Amino acid sequence: MSSLAQPRAWERFFWPVVAAALLLAIWHFSVVWTATKVFPSPLSVEKGIAELASKHVLWADIVDSLRRVAIGFGLAVIIGIPFGLWLGWIPAANQTVNPLIQLLRPISPIAWIPVAIIFFGVGDHAAIFLIFLGALFPILVACVSGVSSVPPIFRNAGRNFGLSKSQLLARVVFPAALPQILIGARIALGIAWLVVVAAEMIAVDSGLGYLVIDSRNSGKRYDLVVAAMLIIGIIGLALDFGFRRMEKVKSVRWGFRNAS
Amino acid sequence: MKLFERFRPVLLIAVLLAIWETAIAFHPGSILPGPIGVAGGILDLLQHGLLLKYVVASLFRVTWGFALAAFVAIPLGLALGWYRRGEMAFYPLVQIFRPISPLAWIPIAILWFGVGDLAAIFLIFVGCFFPLLLTAMNAVHNIPAVYINAGRNFGLSPSAFVSRILYPAVIPQLLVGLRITLGVAWLVVVAAEMISVNSGLGFLIVDARNAGNRYDLVVAGMVIIGFIGLLLDLGMRSIEQVKSFRWINSEG
Amino acid sequence: MLQAEDTVPDTRSAPKLRAEHLGVVYDRDGQLLPVLEDINLDVQNGEFVCLVGPSGCGKSTLLNAMAGFLSPTSGSVSIDGEIVMGPDPRRILVFQERGVFPWLTVEGNIGFGLSKLSRAERTQRIAHYVKTVRLEGFENSYPSDLSGGMKQRLQVARALAVNPDILFLDEPFGALDSITRVIMRGELLRIWQTERRTIFFVTHDIDEAVQLADRVVVLSSRPAQIKDILTIDLPHPRNISSSRYLELRDELLKQIGLAYEI
Repeated sequence: MSSLAQPRAWERFFWPVVAAALLLAIWHFSVVWTATKVFPSPLSVEKGIAELASKHVLWADIVDSLRRVAIGFGLAVIIGIPFGLWLGWIPAANQTVNPLIQLLRPISPIAWIPVAIIFFGVGDHAAIFLIFLGALFPILVACVSGVSSVPPIFRNAGRNFGLSKSQLLARVVFPAALPQILIGARIALGIAWLVVVAAEMIAVDSGLGYLVIDSRNSGKRYDLVVAAMLIIGIIGLALDFGFRRMEKVKSVRWGFRNAS
Repeated sequence: MKLFERFRPVLLIAVLLAIWETAIAFHPGSILPGPIGVAGGILDLLQHGLLLKYVVASLFRVTWGFALAAFVAIPLGLALGWYRRGEMAFYPLVQIFRPISPLAWIPIAILWFGVGDLAAIFLIFVGCFFPLLLTAMNAVHNIPAVYINAGRNFGLSPSAFVSRILYPAVIPQLLVGLRITLGVAWLVVVAAEMISVNSGLGFLIVDARNAGNRYDLVVAGMVIIGFIGLLLDLGMRSIEQVKSFRWINSEG
Repeated sequence: MLQAEDTVPDTRSAPKLRAEHLGVVYDRDGQLLPVLEDINLDVQNGEFVCLVGPSGCGKSTLLNAMAGFLSPTSGSVSIDGEIVMGPDPRRILVFQERGVFPWLTVEGNIGFGLSKLSRAERTQRIAHYVKTVRLEGFENSYPSDLSGGMKQRLQVARALAVNPDILFLDEPFGALDSITRVIMRGELLRIWQTERRTIFFVTHDIDEAVQLADRVVVLSSRPAQIKDILTIDLPHPRNISSSRYLELRDELLKQIGLAYEI
């Protein structure tokens, strides 16, 4: 859509590299020119990453964060999808429960920390609870909207072939709503990743979030802070990417207009 | 039938509140308050004038952070969405930064801005910037090609093109993105206040707990956060409903 | 001989489908909108009947009522003597477009209504109908890989696979380009002649009606009544340049034109 000629294939790699190089250059030079003692330069961050990688702590932290996300997100999926489908399937149920959901949704999972600590104590369980909360709402919303936007033609065709109500839900409504449910799940996963880092900064003492805050608190190691941030970004991106691969599976792909 | 339908959600909430209250009544020594305790907490805040003060503080930060992010990210995103090479250049970088929780920026925020309002606003800015950027980029992608061709066909100047074709075409999607991102901003401000400032609803929650285990205030704070977040969302939705923005719903 | 056929039931055998004093009235925000009025119609077993009429006159409504997706406000529809109460696999409706399930392959779609059969029977039947609609080679393809015409063929295969008594088609070729339409008509006729099903076909295309149907029912505009029923006494394959064809076509055109005037 640009006014210039169509970009070539090699440009897909060329331009990002240019932009990244530009950013690194600006970063490097601003550190040098301001002669800051504290803010790390790109090189020191690179060294920081290497340092973290050699210490097994990094891998343990990554595993911890991923584990919490897996459990919290998993719970949100296991509970959220059936519940969401039910809400979408029975409009009366949705109409009754939705206001409550709309009231709870804007409360940041982080604001739940004191309450979570009362119920779960400081540690893993509280963090998992927060992740569950954060991931639950996008999944619920996606299920309800997915079910209600199934075209009536599919439902009619299903009824035409003699399907009972539960068969209709399982064999027509659910597959038809699946693309939207997947989008909601992907968003929920992204949120889960944000929440776990935040939760680890406050309520637990392991994981990537903890690494960020600890690097600063015990020694103002800003090189490690930025290194940890970059690792967080890359893993989060990898999670998103992996999920999008699922959206390419043929039996769901029809529901996505264009892969963005 | 209609009246009962409207009443049902209220009934559900009332039932849940009743269960909550009874559960607390069975645990006399519990730190956690029941709904009545929470209501008392809200009144407490009102009486001390803190409620208004904290709400205003939180809203202030949200407004600034969100508005700044919008002013920077939207034009930038529209431009990037239009110029494919620009998008190619920056898309990977954006995708790496986006999954980094705004809270992870706290050490850097404090380093640059010290503890206080600016740091909180910066965090909100970061939390809103990337989603809005992506929204704007996507909005440009989703402009139907026919509109663009029509604009070219009629020989519009670049500025006329932007104001008469681009802008109306992207507004509906931008509004949805703005609403969702405002929700994000509201989540971030609460979290940011729990860590790095000393006013606002997030601060209320940590402070009430730290200074005396006032869980009635903690939960009161949560309830108020929920309400205001909901109001913000409804407010944005009503903007989306304004007639001149609704054309997208009439498209086939 | 052009004559409007009376709705006197054919006493040779009981009709496959009978609509008696069928009426449908819509309620739009308190306003009553009569769409169909006193429809009386018989369809014989193995017949190919077309329904034509002005746009929006209620053809789809009639079809939906007959297939059981709509409850009539008055009168009834019965198939094989049994009153139609709801959708049923014995009477499958083929939609104009987007009727196939996009998350299932061709095989998955065709086999959709066959879950009660044994695996061997199912496989056999699917293979048979893949062949019938000439979609060999595409068994594992998804609808997104198929053209519009192929998707409609898939719908027909899916419908036929459950052995319905009646096949209802709601302007099934309306979304296709004209060349594909001609091909599809030929396909449908071929299938009809092999399988000998009762077919009730709604269209707004007059040529289509004259080329396909044994009888053509003309619906007036809203509130719709049966304006006329034309018998097409041409043998298949029909010569669309024959004078008889043109006569019938003209007569139908006239009837439709008159239908517009009501």
